[in-house]
Amino acid sequence: MLKIESKNVNFNYGDFQALHDISISMKENTVTALIGPSGCGKSTYLRLLNRMNDLIDNTHMNGTILIDGQDIYDKNTNVDSLRKNVGMVFQKPNPFPKTIFENVAYGLRVNGVTDKKEIEERVITSIEQVALWDEVKDKLKKSAFELSGGQQQRLCIARALAIQPSILLMDEPTSALDPISTSKVEELIYELKNKYTIVIVTHNMQQAGRVSDNTAFFYMGKLIEYDKTKTIFTKPTIKQTEDYITGRFG
Amino acid sequence: MSAEIKLAKKKKRSQNIAFGLFTLTSYAIVALLFVILAFIVIKGIGVISWEFISEMPKNGMTEGGIFPAIVGTLCLVLVSMVFAFPVGVLAAIYMNEYVKDGILKKIIKQMTNNLAGVPSIVFGLFGMSLFVNKMGFGDSILAGGLTLGLLVLPIVIRTTEESLKAVDDTFRQASLGLGASKWETTSKVVFPIAFPNVITGLILSIGRVSGETAPILFTVAAYFLPKLPTSIFDQAMALPYHLYVISTSGTNIEASRAMAYGTALVLIIIVLISNLLANALRKYYGKKVKMN
Repeated sequence: MLKIESKNVNFNYGDFQALHDISISMKENTVTALIGPSGCGKSTYLRLLNRMNDLIDNTHMNGTILIDGQDIYDKNTNVDSLRKNVGMVFQKPNPFPKTIFENVAYGLRVNGVTDKKEIEERVITSIEQVALWDEVKDKLKKSAFELSGGQQQRLCIARALAIQPSILLMDEPTSALDPISTSKVEELIYELKNKYTIVIVTHNMQQAGRVSDNTAFFYMGKLIEYDKTKTIFTKPTIKQTEDYITGRFG
Repeated sequence: MSAEIKLAKKKKRSQNIAFGLFTLTSYAIVALLFVILAFIVIKGIGVISWEFISEMPKNGMTEGGIFPAIVGTLCLVLVSMVFAFPVGVLAAIYMNEYVKDGILKKIIKQMTNNLAGVPSIVFGLFGMSLFVNKMGFGDSILAGGLTLGLLVLPIVIRTTEESLKAVDDTFRQASLGLGASKWETTSKVVFPIAFPNVITGLILSIGRVSGETAPILFTVAAYFLPKLPTSIFDQAMALPYHLYVISTSGTNIEASRAMAYGTALVLIIIVLISNLLANALRKYYGKKVKMN
């Protein structure tokens, strides 16, 4: 089933057109990797999916993006509930300056969950989901800043999962992490695929190869090629894709 | 080889000169501060006594204490902060979190900066015509406090704005990304992170308010009023004005000279204590932000 459908999406920062006519569809419970050199528009596209670009002044989007068949840029779309459904994990781990527990509970609280027991259960479930429970169970009341970078990033994933989204956007989630933490996050992505539709922006080719089902190659604001990850990495049809993947530029 | 050594020597020399200059200026500033402080302390410490800070002025302000002026200054600080702090903080939040970049924001910013450049005596005049006359508060702590509040509003706005700007955008995005509204994001994530720095604005404004003379001249300050205010609609004495009075137009300026230094010392001590208090507050909240 199609989860995300973009049709002829254009996006401008002021006079600069960052995305040209992007049409791309993603199936439910798949991992899609967005790759391409810096400034190619992959992060911009990712941020359209939860309307994070709305926060930037003087931008303009046209085209259609459907999630579960609903136009998310329709006037009647409630942006808060869209973002509740489309979770996001950022490049740098960015836990709030709150306790480990409160970091995960925050999303529940702002979404109107008040029952203490329910909050507690969902916080624990989410922390378990990201395989962090054993490491933090004795220090839930401690500041999240006491965790290592890798642990913080998994906590941020737990924070996103707690409010039960169906889509998870990841913007270079491992670029600030060491190799061991990176592989933990990658394993996690692999497991989360069963329950979530994941879109991940990455600069790391191997990572795209390891975690994703499909890969989209962006270049200068255009979608150059989109196919099964295997196909993209073994026999890309377009020369630019091949050059990028083999490291000839980018 | 020798050319290289020569270059290295030259580099070292210019570095030493630059560093020497920086060190000298910073020490000079500290030294100057100490000289001023020492001057006031030496001249003023003699009159400081329990009587001096707890009694009414007597004998044409040549004897007795400055208790009503201390109380008056504290009242003015309180009233001005109760007004300027919430208004300034809310204005800064509006400006930094809500208004989009554009003409409106530029205009508000420019106006705030202009407000900061208005001479304090003009604030006094404005306060007199608006609060004392038009709004009918009369010469009162309320009128004086509000005038002082207006004066420090730009400081509060600017420091709050800077503290909000220093909050990394990814905190906002993370919160909004969880479906939080803008207000929830601002009040539950952004402002608590900025709060310890916002307190800096409070410190600066308290110092400014307790020392300003011109704005209270026509709005609250009493020349001689040997009783404590009973409400915010009363006139009051204030330390800086009292200092001015007994140094320039008292009944016997020579006789009250020592008291003038004593008054200055008390004023400095009050500012110092409020700074220390606010610093402690900032440290406390700084810790709390990380823990909560």
